[in-house]
Amino acid sequence: MGQRSIRMPDVGEGVAEAEIVEWSVKVGDVVREDQVVAAVMTDKATVEIPTPVAGTVLALGGGVGDVLAVGSELIRIDAPGMPDSPPPAPRKSGAAKPETPAPAAAPVDEAPPAQTPASIASPPPRAVPSAPQIGAPRPPGERPFASPAVRARARETGVDLRFVRGSGPAGRITRDDLEAFIARPPEAPAKRTGKEPIMAVETIKVVGLRRRIAQNMAESSRRVAHFSYVEEVDVTALEDLRASLNARATEERPKLTMLPFLMLAIVKAVADFPQVNAHYDDDGDVITRFGAVHLGVATQTPVGLMVPVVRHAEALSLHECAREMRRVSEAARQGVAAREELSGSTITLTSLGALGGVASTPVVNRPEVAIVGVNKIVVRPVWRDGGFVPRKTMNLSSSFDHRVVDGYDAATFIQRVRTLIETPASLFIEANSF
Amino acid sequence: MNELRCKVLIVGGGPGGYVAAIRAGELGLDTVLVEADRLGGTCLNVGCIPSKALIHAADAVHALTEPHSLNALGVSLAPPALDYARTIAWKDAIVLRLNTGVGALLKKAHVRSLRGRATLLDGKSALVNADTGEQRIQCEHLVIATGSEPMELAALPFGGDILSSTQALALTEVPGSLAVVGAGYIGMELGMAFAKLGARVTMVEALPRILPLYDEELTLPVTRRLADLGVETMLGARALGFAKGALRVADADGAETAIAAEKALVAVGRRARTSGFGLEALDLTMAGPFLRIDDRCATSMRNVWAIGDVTGEPMLAHRAMAQGEMVAEIVAGGKRAFDHVAMPAICFTDPEIVAVGLAPDAAKAAHGEVLIGLFPFRANGRAMTKQAEEGFVRVVARADNHVVLGIHAVGAGVSELSAAFSLALEMGARLEDVAGTIHAHPTESEAFHEAALKALGKPLHI
Repeated sequence: MGQRSIRMPDVGEGVAEAEIVEWSVKVGDVVREDQVVAAVMTDKATVEIPTPVAGTVLALGGGVGDVLAVGSELIRIDAPGMPDSPPPAPRKSGAAKPETPAPAAAPVDEAPPAQTPASIASPPPRAVPSAPQIGAPRPPGERPFASPAVRARARETGVDLRFVRGSGPAGRITRDDLEAFIARPPEAPAKRTGKEPIMAVETIKVVGLRRRIAQNMAESSRRVAHFSYVEEVDVTALEDLRASLNARATEERPKLTMLPFLMLAIVKAVADFPQVNAHYDDDGDVITRFGAVHLGVATQTPVGLMVPVVRHAEALSLHECAREMRRVSEAARQGVAAREELSGSTITLTSLGALGGVASTPVVNRPEVAIVGVNKIVVRPVWRDGGFVPRKTMNLSSSFDHRVVDGYDAATFIQRVRTLIETPASLFIEANSF
Repeated sequence: MNELRCKVLIVGGGPGGYVAAIRAGELGLDTVLVEADRLGGTCLNVGCIPSKALIHAADAVHALTEPHSLNALGVSLAPPALDYARTIAWKDAIVLRLNTGVGALLKKAHVRSLRGRATLLDGKSALVNADTGEQRIQCEHLVIATGSEPMELAALPFGGDILSSTQALALTEVPGSLAVVGAGYIGMELGMAFAKLGARVTMVEALPRILPLYDEELTLPVTRRLADLGVETMLGARALGFAKGALRVADADGAETAIAAEKALVAVGRRARTSGFGLEALDLTMAGPFLRIDDRCATSMRNVWAIGDVTGEPMLAHRAMAQGEMVAEIVAGGKRAFDHVAMPAICFTDPEIVAVGLAPDAAKAAHGEVLIGLFPFRANGRAMTKQAEEGFVRVVARADNHVVLGIHAVGAGVSELSAAFSLALEMGARLEDVAGTIHAHPTESEAFHEAALKALGKPLHI
């Protein structure tokens, strides 16, 4: 009989910890060798952890939502015929999370200078179990909560306890609550509308991807000095081009959306504006500018917002851009995207398609410094050559990190993108011949 | 023919009917109770009370035949002798005492009791074939409390050596061997009692486990005890017939075997008594085989009420009593509804089982995340001193607000803990309320306290 400790494996370069998002086994289960026991999530990729030994599960290292440092015990398995695991080696300082939650004011261990754009500071200490709801309003369908004596008194006095608010623990209606209700009944509604107030309250634990999104967004909002810039773009010519291309769509060259064109425009524009295709490491005071354009594409997935990455967009043609974008966003939606496909972007494109609205204020995908947002296309009267003509227009709403991108540069960058889109032929002219 | 007028006519003198009558009488209502047999119904005459008397006698004699338990106490004695005729006489004396007691209580409440079979004519009148001649009764309110009777199997009609629970309790000697068809609570209670009295008992159950109404964790100690007592159990088996001292059984695979048994007890459930007394004339709305009632025990006809087993499951005496009391108060002008949180159920097997509120699976289904605390009696001092370490108390509560949803226990004598369990649920106790209540030491009730502490993640004695 041997007790084997399975530790949180090193699931990716520079990853110091991972969050448990699912347990496939529970204490007492018998597991086979190589059976998946848990799913853990690092920055954005979810990894399934198999057990290297067969045996009976003795203990789990944490609950769903807990964050474990790499190397700490994930699961303990009673494996007959195996020697006991050695006690854990002393951990390198800084790599592991302290056993007890550090006070909020203590300096937070920061991961080594961010290698991946989505890496975040150490998560806050494990949340304490939520306090019981006191005097919570009752969701519909739940019985009012009162002792038999109070229930009897309510019935005698013709009070429907569903309308009485309970001040006791867990919303229990006390005798005093009932007497107060009888003494001062709420004013009768002037007119029955057939509508009733809904007292439903649902508590949802923020775990997994949602917690990552929350942390990243809050961190970006807290650290980045956001400013947004909105410009109107005439897309009539581009839409004409797109329509004629789509009329001749084939299986190899399927119909195109607006986004691949925008990708080309951004690729062309950042060549002249390297300051927006960059990472800003605000702890190390270092700006890293990239030659490559790894374009993040904000994607709504069933579990929440993800940003799959089209790598080296500068080396892709229009249809290659379209195909690659479809592939990575589909992988993200299916939950099968690899870690590399979800990290490493240098600038991000976000579009809500027909829901794009008139203007938006996107949040910069830290440590990037720029995000380009696409609003919906509308037909507007435009003053041209002495008269109003109907033109298809679209707004670009973009945000920048003002700490390292000046307003002038941001505006000229967007103007450059605008010019490229309004004259779509220029998208396809080689840079050196333009 | 005599004609009698009254405010309330109650048909059936079982726990539902007689309690309704007592309360109605106390509230000053002119009340008539009609009972064809003896007062007290199934419960008092051929159910709860006589079976518990028999179980007590069986425990008493069996305790003397378990040498290892006695030796541990330093007691040794010659094999005991059982005079079963005296056992039965003692049991009957208890039943008689309670019969008489019910009669006296009714009299004290100024209830007129008629012995005879009632036939309903409509919702306001009945004909009673009483000892004193035929009697016509006119009432304003009719309460139907006719109860239930053992269900028969087509393959095993009652009679001769095929016994209903009623007939099993009336046996004048302990059969050498007994086959019990149905391992629900009635079959299990009587089967275990007869095993202790010396019968060779075989349980035959169609479902894959005993006491299928309870979760498996609760029934496991009973299963172990069955094996101790040498009771054989056939699960997933169907009884085909009984003849010449043998019960023919088809096992789970369909293979036929014969179980040698002097008698066969059929305990496969109980059926509402809805015919034979003119109920058809009222044409009340039914809910399956039962009378349909609302939360005030009102039937589909105005001022006709129904209480107890005739209204369906759970068929429990205390449910009928609570319904009876409520109906009397409603008839007297009170505003009442059957709005209880919990209906305790007890199984007087060895060890006993108490179930109040929701079991873990049902609690999860109804309320999502739950906390479960289980405290075993082997960690309880009092249980050790009683040589009763088998079993546990288990508390299930909501994870979000800690309100207790269910309390279950299995162990010797845990039936008496049911009062605390029901009170906790009815008062809407949270785990902290139970944990914050001092439970006297040394008692088995401490296991309740500890189970709540354990659910809160801070047990003391485990």
